[in-house]
Amino acid sequence: MADTLKLYPTRPDKVYFYGTCLVDLFYPEAGMAGIRLLEREGIEVIFPQEQTCCGQPAYTSGYHDEARAVARRQLSLFPQDYPIVVPSGSCGGMMRQHYPQLFRDTDDQERAIGVADRVWELTDFLLNVCHIRLQDLGKPVTVAMHTSCSARRELGLGGTGPALLSQLDNVTLVEQARAEECCGFGGTFAVRHPEISGAMVSEKVSTLTDTGAREFVTTDCGCLMNIAGYAEKQDAPLEGQHILSFLWDRTSHDEGGSQ
Amino acid sequence: MNEQKASDTVDVREFHPRARAALADPQIRQNFRSAMDGLMGKRRTAFEGWDLEALRTLGASVRQNALAHLPDLLEQLEARLTANGIRVHWALDGDEACRIVTDICRARDAHSVIKGKSMVSEEMHLNHHLEQHGIDALESDLGEYLVQLAGETPSHIIMPAIHKNTGEISELMHDRTGTERSTDVEYLTASARQQLREKFMNADVGISGVNFAVAETGTLCLVENEGNGRMTTTVPPCHIAVTGIEKVVPTLADMSALLALLTRSATGQHITTYFNMISGPRRGEELDGPEEVHVVLVDNGRSGIYQDDELIDTLRCIRCGACMNHCPVYTRVGGHAYGTTYPGPIGKILMPHLIGLDEGRHLPSASSLCGACGEVCPVKIPIPDLLVRLRRESVDGDRLHPSVVRGHGAKRSTAEALAWKTWQWVHAHPAAYRLGTAAASHLRALQPDRLGAWTQYRSAPKLAARTLHQQVKDRRS
Repeated sequence: MADTLKLYPTRPDKVYFYGTCLVDLFYPEAGMAGIRLLEREGIEVIFPQEQTCCGQPAYTSGYHDEARAVARRQLSLFPQDYPIVVPSGSCGGMMRQHYPQLFRDTDDQERAIGVADRVWELTDFLLNVCHIRLQDLGKPVTVAMHTSCSARRELGLGGTGPALLSQLDNVTLVEQARAEECCGFGGTFAVRHPEISGAMVSEKVSTLTDTGAREFVTTDCGCLMNIAGYAEKQDAPLEGQHILSFLWDRTSHDEGGSQ
Repeated sequence: MNEQKASDTVDVREFHPRARAALADPQIRQNFRSAMDGLMGKRRTAFEGWDLEALRTLGASVRQNALAHLPDLLEQLEARLTANGIRVHWALDGDEACRIVTDICRARDAHSVIKGKSMVSEEMHLNHHLEQHGIDALESDLGEYLVQLAGETPSHIIMPAIHKNTGEISELMHDRTGTERSTDVEYLTASARQQLREKFMNADVGISGVNFAVAETGTLCLVENEGNGRMTTTVPPCHIAVTGIEKVVPTLADMSALLALLTRSATGQHITTYFNMISGPRRGEELDGPEEVHVVLVDNGRSGIYQDDELIDTLRCIRCGACMNHCPVYTRVGGHAYGTTYPGPIGKILMPHLIGLDEGRHLPSASSLCGACGEVCPVKIPIPDLLVRLRRESVDGDRLHPSVVRGHGAKRSTAEALAWKTWQWVHAHPAAYRLGTAAASHLRALQPDRLGAWTQYRSAPKLAARTLHQQVKDRRS
């Protein structure tokens, strides 16, 4: 729960970019789009090459010793006092909300809190710290949006994606039924309980296609892999994109956008 | 009646087959989906115009405060109840609570018991116990009555027969009681009421649950909609209330905040049709009410939960069921799939303490950690955090914080532990990670199309040609 009061920093000159392992391997274009959007805002982006994974998969599986060992390596990536931006509500939520708990009663507790307090989900950062103004260069399109549960509930960002999309003049955002319901990803849940997860994503794809939109955007690559992967396997007329890729592609003069 | 026998033979560990069966049953899927959609809508409407966050914060603090002073409050409650003429009994576990109830019945030579809704009595398997001792117990809450007729257990803590639709209920009542088949809900309800009335008048003992026990006044509060609670607690000559020890609140004012949250969260009602405040047996000149009132305060694992700074939050629960109504897993598989007295999110964090984490090993993992349960909980129980805590305990995953829950470590497997150790090594060695991910991207043409359970429903995610690490590096050079 986003219980704690959020105090946004003033617009910094530099940020650390924490890409996340899913973006790194499967959706690097979303990471590059995020970097370019920040740079266009005049912010220097530092990408620590030593970054790997926030530790969440092991953490939610109960393997906290292993999660802590990996997370500890990430704590040392951000020596300066710059904000840390993450193109994911899930990994951002892990670092912001759960690092203090994971390092409770350890020598790294203070360091973990120091990192957690500087972590921002990237769309939140663009909207509320950069005060970004987007100019839509794309053709008219109708899209639906799925906000990840971690972005929505853990970080309180249910309105952030829609607020960014509303700046795009040629984009019509439609809302699917039960928009706030989980898509069924849940990390290892999807493979530990495949039938339940499958039932959840099947309904998510139905409600999304019922809107008439043929494209959806999302804040998180886990949801994207799940929803778009299901739609592809079932030949449902629905394609997905990370919201950062979508925003960059529509507002960039580069031919082919972030590709 | 064999519903409790049925529940005794349910193996909680067989969660997956039951979940699969429920998922494959369109009627079950439809019954739960439409019922839960309705309940979510009602709750939303009921809280319109309220500062829900402020109210939830108040609810949480009332419960936290009550738990912080639980031992003192229980002593105060006992003293006040006793002063009011209510006899107080303490039970360490379900068996002891059953024995206490049976002894009271026997002392009165009671053979017929009418019951109001009580999840603690389900937890104790009370009906089964009474039956074994030749005492006939009839459920009087309409949902519980139907579940008992069917020889089943409740599938929801507030709406026990929510898994059945009108047609199924009509068929059941026709089979078991000879009621004419009908889709007219009023007719079916009237028919059940007819049969229950007679039982109420002839019952030797009435057994009910308790929603709140108020320490300052020694008052037992009971929320209900059918009047069966009022009948159960006033018509028979003896009333026995059974409740968990965590249900105590300090004052009537505390209770009123929780009541406002409970009814709105549970059924979207501003107030229930009946709200009973029981403060003692019939007094000399009074015409109504039981001669004897007993309360059985049941521990059954609760004092164990109480010892832990994090797990104690489990005991805040006021049993509204909102976590179930909003749970995407519960909505898909229904209450019976869990195989536990309390299903859904609250069941996943409570049942491991009652049955052990060995038997309940699958419960904490059956969640996508979406957080809908924690978001709607009227007393702000951090359910997702507690699920993670229990996942950790089920694999003994933290050397810094040793496990405490009975049956911990049962889910730990050598293979999975080794897999996470390997994962740790790769991700704690950035050079190895970069080499491995770059190699995977380079060789992505060899990526398999099938990835176990993932590709049962989805296509495999496609590795990018170059990782983000590489692309960032490419730009710099």
